Amino acid sequence: MDKLLAILNELHEDVDFTAETALIDDGILDSLDIVSIVTEVYSEFDVRIPPEEIVPENFNSAQALWELISRLDEA
Amino acid sequence: MKRKKNILEYLEDTVLRVPQKTAFSNGKEDMSFGELYRASRAVGTELARLGLRGEAVAVFMDKHPNAMAAFFGTIYAGCFYVCIDSAMPEERVRLILENVSARAIIADAKGMAKASKFETEYILRFEEIARTEEDAGILSDVRRRQIDTDPIYVVFTSGSTGVPKGVVACHRSVIDYTEALCEALGFSENTVFGNQTPLYFDAPLKEIMPTLMLGATTYFIPKMLFSFPVKLVEYLNTNKINTICWVVSALVQVSTLGALDVTRPEYLTTVAFGSEVFPKKDYKIWRDTLPNARFFNLYGPTEATGMSCFWRAERELCEDEPIPIGEPFDNTDIILLGDGGREAAEGEEGEICIRGTCLTMGYYGNDEKTSEAFVQNPLNRAYPELIYRTGDIGRYNEYGELVFVTRRDSQIKHMGHRIELGEIDSSVLKCGGTARACSVYDGDKKRIVLFYVGELDPSELQKQLAQRLPRYMLPAEAVRLDSLPLTDNGKTDRRKLKDMACGN
Repeated sequence: MDKLLAILNELHEDVDFTAETALIDDGILDSLDIVSIVTEVYSEFDVRIPPEEIVPENFNSAQALWELISRLDEA
Repeated sequence: MKRKKNILEYLEDTVLRVPQKTAFSNGKEDMSFGELYRASRAVGTELARLGLRGEAVAVFMDKHPNAMAAFFGTIYAGCFYVCIDSAMPEERVRLILENVSARAIIADAKGMAKASKFETEYILRFEEIARTEEDAGILSDVRRRQIDTDPIYVVFTSGSTGVPKGVVACHRSVIDYTEALCEALGFSENTVFGNQTPLYFDAPLKEIMPTLMLGATTYFIPKMLFSFPVKLVEYLNTNKINTICWVVSALVQVSTLGALDVTRPEYLTTVAFGSEVFPKKDYKIWRDTLPNARFFNLYGPTEATGMSCFWRAERELCEDEPIPIGEPFDNTDIILLGDGGREAAEGEEGEICIRGTCLTMGYYGNDEKTSEAFVQNPLNRAYPELIYRTGDIGRYNEYGELVFVTRRDSQIKHMGHRIELGEIDSSVLKCGGTARACSVYDGDKKRIVLFYVGELDPSELQKQLAQRLPRYMLPAEAVRLDSLPLTDNGKTDRRKLKDMACGN
């Protein structure tokens, strides 16, 4: 989780990613950020996020994203 | 057939033909041509009563069908619209409002809070003025005095001195563009557009104007969907969208994230793209996914109203061949200007210059910049004739198609946005505690990297820049140096900085 928070903070250092739960709905993350996250998650965790999983629900909070990564990692 | 001189005639003809048909929609709320006509005339009546004819009206509205009624309403009143990006920093908005001396703002509910920060005489809530009872007398009064060289809108682009430049476009150039575009791309009343580009540029004219002229339909796709390509394709399919004119980065987002491996836009028959170079890998994915669709590369500066050139993908391109920008639209002419004010010889590179009715009127309240870019045609010494110098360098390929080569100055294209790096640098120098600044663009990684000299800490500088510049202009990284490297003749060594930025 710390590694994921580091990736996110690299994109927006002024956002508290442990508290935010509407990263997409509030427009904090934009389309460029999504590509960066997908790329970084692959290089840091060796987890490829398939296109079907790139949906707002999985990106609205660091927690949701972390759950997605864990789920994909086990599969 | 009566000749067109006012873009509102498109609306007035179409509303008689298909009053019930949806003109604009965001997927949730629809506006028919009849509703658009009535709301536009209501807004026009109110603005005309306020005595704003000939003036700028700023529009603080989200991308929604209502914004169309605000645009056309300003034109009904003989005014011209200046659409403001809701995410734009306050300081930049202020510069723009001062530049056009806007006395009135039209705002939606969200825009009202923003609008109240500025000292304009009138702040008008769209939902209220759209209920004004139409005064046909005052509207026809305005119309009688309107001519086709009156402005419709002012669109602001990045300016190298730190002040955005407002490009003024008139009825005549927009009509010229719309008719040529519809013909070249084969739009019809059955066209269903899926709009991606923001309303505060001239790019959405590609959808808005043909919709009005042909009685077609435009969906404003929610911005958020561009982050989630599978959902985006779903949206295209649900609404049976058959035509898209997107910036390359939006198309690339879909292909890069693998969406086209798992889903397919079923109704798409026309894909137009532009504003930057399409990576060949992604271009191929799109072409392979939609083998029967027609693909067009579009090219053109805001100063020549929308787009100026198009290339239809009908032949296969060689491995290292750039996608051509093709040929000019009907009634537009391109001159490739070589050194010494003569036309470039065959096979030679030259500056792409544009000639035609498509030329806009120039930059609002800025004679100096206008006369630098809109100049006498050097090939014509006999009478006054303006051409627009794009600053783009091009050449013709073996097929006689125009190809973009490079820029003459430090203007870049980043995520579909046209940016003067000089504007970033001058904004850096406006932050206290900075002495020198030079930003460069790493085209491979698509990152703006800023190098500067000063006491100010990089993260503090980034924070201050965010108050001055739109997000797409913010550097991905700010690097503080003791001094900027210089070339032998004492200028900032951009090449060296670029190498540093690219990690060489």
